[in-house]
Amino acid sequence: MFLWLIAAGLTLAFGVCGVLNVAHGSLYMLGAYFCFTFYESLGMNFWLGIVLAILCVGGVGFIMERFFFRRLYPEPLEFQLILTFAFIYILNNAVTLGWGTMLLVPRMPSYFMSTVAVLGRPFPIYNLFIIGIGFAVAVVVWFVLSRTWWGRQVTASASDREMASALGINIPTIFTTAFIFAAALAAFGGALTTPVRVCLPGTGEGIIVQAFVVTVIGGLGSLKGALIGAIIVGVISSLCTLIVPFFELFSMYAIMAIVLLIRPQGIFGGAA
Amino acid sequence: MSEILRAEGLTKYFGDFLAIDGVSLSFESGVLTSIIGPNGAGKTTLINLFTGSLRPSKGKAYFKGKDITRLPTDKRIKEGISRSFQIMTIFPKLTVKQNVQLPALALFGENRGFWAKADDHSSVAEWVEEVLKQVVLWEERDVLAGELSHGDMRLLEMGIALASKPELCFLDEPSSGMNPGERTKVLELIKTLASKGETTFIIIEHDMDVVFSLSDRLIVMNKGAILADGEVGQVRENKEVREIYLGEEV
Amino acid sequence: MSKLQNFSGFTLKREHIPFALLIALIIFLLVVPQFFGDYILYMIMRILMLCLLALSVNLLLGYTGLLSFGQGMFYAIGAYACAKILMGMESPSLFAGLFGALAIVAVASLILGFLSIRHTAIYFAMITLCFGMMLYALLEKWEGFTGGDDGLMGIPRAPLEIPHLFSINMAPLGNYYYFVLILSLIAIFVFYRLVHSPLGLSFQGLRDSEQRVSFTGISVMKTRLLCFVIAGLYAGLAGVLFTPMEQTLTPVVSHWSTSTEPIIAVLIGGMTFSGPLVGSVIYFIVKDVIFRYTIYWMLPLGIIIVILVMTLRGGLMGTLQRGVLPWIRSRLSGKEEQ
Repeated sequence: MFLWLIAAGLTLAFGVCGVLNVAHGSLYMLGAYFCFTFYESLGMNFWLGIVLAILCVGGVGFIMERFFFRRLYPEPLEFQLILTFAFIYILNNAVTLGWGTMLLVPRMPSYFMSTVAVLGRPFPIYNLFIIGIGFAVAVVVWFVLSRTWWGRQVTASASDREMASALGINIPTIFTTAFIFAAALAAFGGALTTPVRVCLPGTGEGIIVQAFVVTVIGGLGSLKGALIGAIIVGVISSLCTLIVPFFELFSMYAIMAIVLLIRPQGIFGGAA
Repeated sequence: MSEILRAEGLTKYFGDFLAIDGVSLSFESGVLTSIIGPNGAGKTTLINLFTGSLRPSKGKAYFKGKDITRLPTDKRIKEGISRSFQIMTIFPKLTVKQNVQLPALALFGENRGFWAKADDHSSVAEWVEEVLKQVVLWEERDVLAGELSHGDMRLLEMGIALASKPELCFLDEPSSGMNPGERTKVLELIKTLASKGETTFIIIEHDMDVVFSLSDRLIVMNKGAILADGEVGQVRENKEVREIYLGEEV
Repeated sequence: MSKLQNFSGFTLKREHIPFALLIALIIFLLVVPQFFGDYILYMIMRILMLCLLALSVNLLLGYTGLLSFGQGMFYAIGAYACAKILMGMESPSLFAGLFGALAIVAVASLILGFLSIRHTAIYFAMITLCFGMMLYALLEKWEGFTGGDDGLMGIPRAPLEIPHLFSINMAPLGNYYYFVLILSLIAIFVFYRLVHSPLGLSFQGLRDSEQRVSFTGISVMKTRLLCFVIAGLYAGLAGVLFTPMEQTLTPVVSHWSTSTEPIIAVLIGGMTFSGPLVGSVIYFIVKDVIFRYTIYWMLPLGIIIVILVMTLRGGLMGTLQRGVLPWIRSRLSGKEEQ
């Protein structure tokens, strides 16, 4: 479910700012690492750790957009893409420098330690929590985008940049804030997974693949699509692990390729 | 004089919007036709249908008797159709000479060659020189197309269209954005080429001076259909046409 | 006339200087094995392979306007095909590995190209990335055929032979070096002819104004496919040359990180003819240097790329061509007018 959070951020960044941020996965990774630091090493409250992690990564996102992506908007998309790959390199090493190369295993907060019986199998409460949070965030994001003043500006800019600026919307600021929001979503996803996953440099790359597949299936720029896509990918991924554990990664990419070939806009996407 | 282009019931929908409404037309070679009409009348859409940039929802198009309705654009060029664009689509990073070389090479069937230098083919080079001299851009042949003045770019635009030695050439607002001096140049050029008889021109224009000084035949379009069609002097007197162009000095 | 007129009948003009430098470089490369050890040979060969890859990327990007993140895929196909052929033969022959692998690369690039070229810009980049990673995943998991993660080892460096005519032993690195050098130089020369030919011109037309190209009587799809296949062949050639040199092979060759190296080289050097070549050399040396100082090589590399993308959009050669060379030329013509 946290896959949706990351995919949502990715699709938002693309839909609004036109930036296909391959380094988004690295932002997710950063979120996890920051949360780990605040929660484990500094012994803070888990929730506080999450919030702080989001703030930190949001800061990183701000730097990325404000000082780098913004300059590249008039250039062909390819340059942006290359830039994001460079960021992956940088962030990967930055993480290694900051936290070392060993796996970091955080502990689960005590109130999440129990499991619940689902379909006769013990199901960790934390996973339920994540699913719940996922939906909650979906609702919140939908609400923010459609009801709030800021949200509507964002959607307007996404659909027609020129018109929006003609209406007096401050495009650069909107872009920056939208990007920060996207980064925050990724960080949130990363921070949430801290108790259940280990922190390892390079996790960014693993997750970005899946996030990409989700985004492409759902349609670049569509949040609804990202949600549906996340569900589809989750289901297929589980099926694959059960049936053909061999080719999980391959089929992931294969699906993405098929979607790209047949309907690049995905299910809900706009113009190709 | 033979029929060079025919449209039978050409219709084009964009979603629910009817852009071209069952247009049937016949064009004879050697007759210079101008198509005029208010914005949104469908003039450019009609050209797009003839050149293959768009496929019709219904209807057929024939070039010299051959059905070209489903033919891809590059094949239509090979058949002898060509077009210049209203919004400039020259090759900005190539030189003027290279701009014209592309259609010239294709004309002589040499565009797939990958060994000899593009400049080497003598017959191509001769033809390129001829075309460039016609549009008076021979002096600028090594200038990057993106650095030309607006008027020269328009001439190059025409040059590219002429370089494929078309029998039928669509000119989409050839003098748009030009000052009077440049406009005269373009007019003279079209007149000269038309009088040679090798190419039939169909022109979309808004400038009435151009229209009346050049055309043999005038077609007026409105809302995707033909409003009036006939000899220039005749159409001038048409009441409906005058209504549409209310305020225009005819 | 120029002051440099000396030899009877032959005027050494300034335009000849780059050509003279080129000859000097080639001569230098030819005599390297006499003076330097295996490590230098190894390095030069790796640079040459990167050059081929960079040319491949630039054919698509600089000349045709298509960014491919998947050239590593053809590199991998070339490498693995060559490996399997050489390992599968009773008495392996280098020519068989070379031509057999290239043939396979050609077929692969035709098929993949046919699928990929219908899309442009960002979708093309994504599809090529996707295909490349699909291959990577396949190579990793298909242990029986490709050795999986560990890859293939003990690939023979087969002799260069035509049965009953001649056989050159390739085991000494010096011999193999000449093989790689000569093939690369031929390939670069062919590339030069290609981009200055009518076909090269139509590639550039596609980059500048795709819509207009079809109106010149050229088929957009066919031209794109040709470009893709040729680029694939160059990448594949690099892979084919790699395998016998290294004698081991792992799936990382198909990973996107392999595909990004030539892109960086093109960025550094510029999207001209010689840009990718210059860029490859610089990239390789810089990476080597960084590697000696720290294992954290990704960080400075990433920073360098960032700087490059933000500033030198035309790359080194591009900026040279736009800025320095015209300046030189204007000084020259100014002189001659006196």
